[in-house]
Amino acid sequence: METNNYTIKDFKSDQDVRWCPGCGDHAILNSIQKAMTELGISPDQTAVISGIGCSSRFPYYVNTYGMHTIHGRATAIATGVKTANPELTVWQVTGDGDCLAIGGNHFIHALRRNIDLNIVLFNNEIYGLTKGQYSPTSKRGFISKSSPYGTVEDPFRPAELTFGARGNFFARTLDVDLKTTQDVLIQAAKHKGTSVVEALVNCVIFNNGTHSAISDKEFRADRTIILKHGEPMIYGKDRNKGLVIEGFNLKSITIGENGMTEKDILVHDAKCEDRTLHFKLGTMSGDLPVALGVIRDVEAPTYDREVEKQVKDVQEKHPQIHKLEDFLRTLETWEIK
Amino acid sequence: MADTAKVTSLEKVVIRFSGDSGDGMQLTGSLFSNLSAISGNEISTFPDYPAEIRAPQGTLGGVSGYQVHVGKKVYTPGDLADILIAMNPAALKVNKKHIKPNAIIIIDEDAFDESGMTKAGYKTNDPIAELGLGAAQIIGARITTMVKASLADSEMDNKSILRCKNMFSLGLLCWLFNIPVDNAMHLLENKFKKKPTILKANLKVLVDGFNYGSNTHASVSTYHIDSTEKQKGTYTDVKGNQATAWGLIAASEKSGLPLFLGSYPITPATEILHELSARKDLGVKTVQAEDEIAGVCTAIGASFAGSLAATSTSGPGLALKSEAINLAIMAELPLVVIDVQRGGPSTGLPTKTEQTDLWQAIYGRNGESPCVVIAASTPADCFDFAFIASKLAVEHMTPAILLSDAFIANGSSAWRIPNMDDYPAIHPPFVSEDMKSYWKPYFRNPENGSRYWAIPGTEGFAHRVGGLEKDNKTGAISTEPKNHQLMTNLRQAKIDNIAHVIPELKIQGNPDADLLVVGWGGTFGHLYSAVEALNAEGEKVALAHFNYINPLPKNTAEVLTKYKKIIVCELNNGQFAGYLRSKIDGITPLKYNKVEGQPFLVQELVDHFKTLLDD
Repeated sequence: METNNYTIKDFKSDQDVRWCPGCGDHAILNSIQKAMTELGISPDQTAVISGIGCSSRFPYYVNTYGMHTIHGRATAIATGVKTANPELTVWQVTGDGDCLAIGGNHFIHALRRNIDLNIVLFNNEIYGLTKGQYSPTSKRGFISKSSPYGTVEDPFRPAELTFGARGNFFARTLDVDLKTTQDVLIQAAKHKGTSVVEALVNCVIFNNGTHSAISDKEFRADRTIILKHGEPMIYGKDRNKGLVIEGFNLKSITIGENGMTEKDILVHDAKCEDRTLHFKLGTMSGDLPVALGVIRDVEAPTYDREVEKQVKDVQEKHPQIHKLEDFLRTLETWEIK
Repeated sequence: MADTAKVTSLEKVVIRFSGDSGDGMQLTGSLFSNLSAISGNEISTFPDYPAEIRAPQGTLGGVSGYQVHVGKKVYTPGDLADILIAMNPAALKVNKKHIKPNAIIIIDEDAFDESGMTKAGYKTNDPIAELGLGAAQIIGARITTMVKASLADSEMDNKSILRCKNMFSLGLLCWLFNIPVDNAMHLLENKFKKKPTILKANLKVLVDGFNYGSNTHASVSTYHIDSTEKQKGTYTDVKGNQATAWGLIAASEKSGLPLFLGSYPITPATEILHELSARKDLGVKTVQAEDEIAGVCTAIGASFAGSLAATSTSGPGLALKSEAINLAIMAELPLVVIDVQRGGPSTGLPTKTEQTDLWQAIYGRNGESPCVVIAASTPADCFDFAFIASKLAVEHMTPAILLSDAFIANGSSAWRIPNMDDYPAIHPPFVSEDMKSYWKPYFRNPENGSRYWAIPGTEGFAHRVGGLEKDNKTGAISTEPKNHQLMTNLRQAKIDNIAHVIPELKIQGNPDADLLVVGWGGTFGHLYSAVEALNAEGEKVALAHFNYINPLPKNTAEVLTKYKKIIVCELNNGQFAGYLRSKIDGITPLKYNKVEGQPFLVQELVDHFKTLLDD
């Protein structure tokens, strides 16, 4: 390991953080700054790109290079930053509206290309900055200012969308779970390729408690599972529940009941190329615990490095061409004397 | 050489090559224009593709054309053709309106059989009479038959043999214009270096075509086209879109900034993406983005990261990019936006030319959002203006929109390969080490009002920019009323200041003119030809042609107010005329406008200007 001379102060800007008191975004900001500190990459080599929305104010609060751009386009802008200079560590901070509604096209194409971005998706299932309209992750029937009788549309599930677009890294965390947040952010940053971290955050003003069914202390242990690569999928307050496969589906069992032992429990393989089980894990709800932690983490060629490599390969094949004039003289030409 | 008795000397000639999409007329045309250029002629070419990718063979919809203008004082591909090569009946019918009444028409008689005539929808079996081409000189040759005979001993299949028909017509033309057939052979040898079988066949057919003309004295006269004294150097044939791509590369080399293009395919701009994505040998990075918005946004990201960043598009794409261009205006990042204009609105006429995006380029964004707008005027000067757009964008930290159009983008002219030492340096306004203690993102160079550029990776200059209004000193978000007014003024002043670094407006033609013709961008060739023609007839006409639109050259008002009669000619409904009136008090120019998806004709301009001079 390299020695790390950074402290969290190096990643804090001089700007006052202006999110509402109690907003889940504060915790994620703190965790990202901690993750950046631990990663030990210079703030000068780091770029944070955001779109529009509450969470997109984020770049102003971290003392790195940053750009607060336009609604939905942060993914495309971050793609340009990273392609132009693959040496930079590029984070993208976005929300459920910014990333999955207006920015949906850029999001899926970034995943398809596998450009090395760390996308942190703040999912509060609401448009906060425009004061409370339903978002593409709001549950069917959700009542908001723009859906006073409830929505009649299904939400996106970010994990499903990520895997559908051939994403290779997906993690989920809760704003209230600082340890998991920091842990998955570090893994996301270390992953080469597009990484998506879905942070379930609370909007204290317009959608208070939207995640409380899983985030409240009294239910959390029984309704979520923190997945770790290579470890059995055990969860629960008493650490006696686990996940097994039954037919084509996942099933929650209790260790010691019906002859079930720890050996029957699935061991999490985040590195498995096949996405089928990651799909299942990423979309668990209802009787199954919501998966937190890194669900998928598979290495694949990254767009930014492939572009760089192709440039290098072509240049090696044409060692005689260094400048435009060299190239122009390879064209069909004639002399006027 | 041919022993035809009569050789007629011509100052210039317009030739139109026409046939089925698969007949290789584009190649024949470009080979002929290169041969003429090698002989010392000026050249200007324009392709006329069918809108459909593969229309049925022999039908009117499948006719593909290529017009070449060669000779002395050639500034356009020409109005009407002196010579038409029609490889089938459909080509003859479609091009009737593009040729002079007394044109020479070379036809492949074999193609004028019953099937060919039916597909082209003729009602009689006498195409010449039916189309009223009685005044034309027809050179009919059984090209298909002769090519088949010529290649009977080759190993090639019938389809490949027929593909060589175009070389027969090229050979025939070489004879007609007294071009040494050796020159054409040499070009083909280069072209098909890696395909010896095809080369051999093409060479044979080429020579046979030449000999056919020579042996049969196919025309009453052959021709010699006057050559011009051109600047010494190495020349190549360049299309506007290629020149644009290369101009960006030149600017990248001069500025030391890596070149990045973010783009989405769109007619007629796509060739810029093609050309730059092929230039990985020169280190160019291109992203074929998921849409127009991502095209410009990846470029903005690359600009933020320190590249010379560009995006290429056409009108509909420019509309989609507006919001992002405004981000670059607000964040004050260099960005080159190339708009190859086409017929609009909406999808409009994608393959046709217009100048209807001018207002969109100048005004088409929310808020007070000035940026540089310049326009190229010929295929070759697309190189210079792409270079200049890059220089202005980088040195003044602003988006610069370069307006090209379908006509100059697809048209070609001879271009002397420049010596890059003749081009000015480009100085990116990077932050310097000594600024570290006091620099803020909107700290400006007092000389030109540009902010300084700190690219990620520069130690000690981490900062944030974005679309929200910022405090002019601290760079923090600000909604303070006076600050917003100040920042609005500063952004405007930064663009206005550019008038001091661009060339002044020059008058061409007769400075004491009774009529000043005003134009901008891709209409230069037609306007200049019309003005020259009138002055040659003893009229007093001048041309003020604009390449710099925003800001205007600083002497614009002084020049324009000198003339009593001004006519602004453009391929729209009067956008530049309106813009000039908004910028210069007291002028009331006349207008000549055309929105047909077609370039001007020199003759229509001459005729119209005459009516004004007679007033």
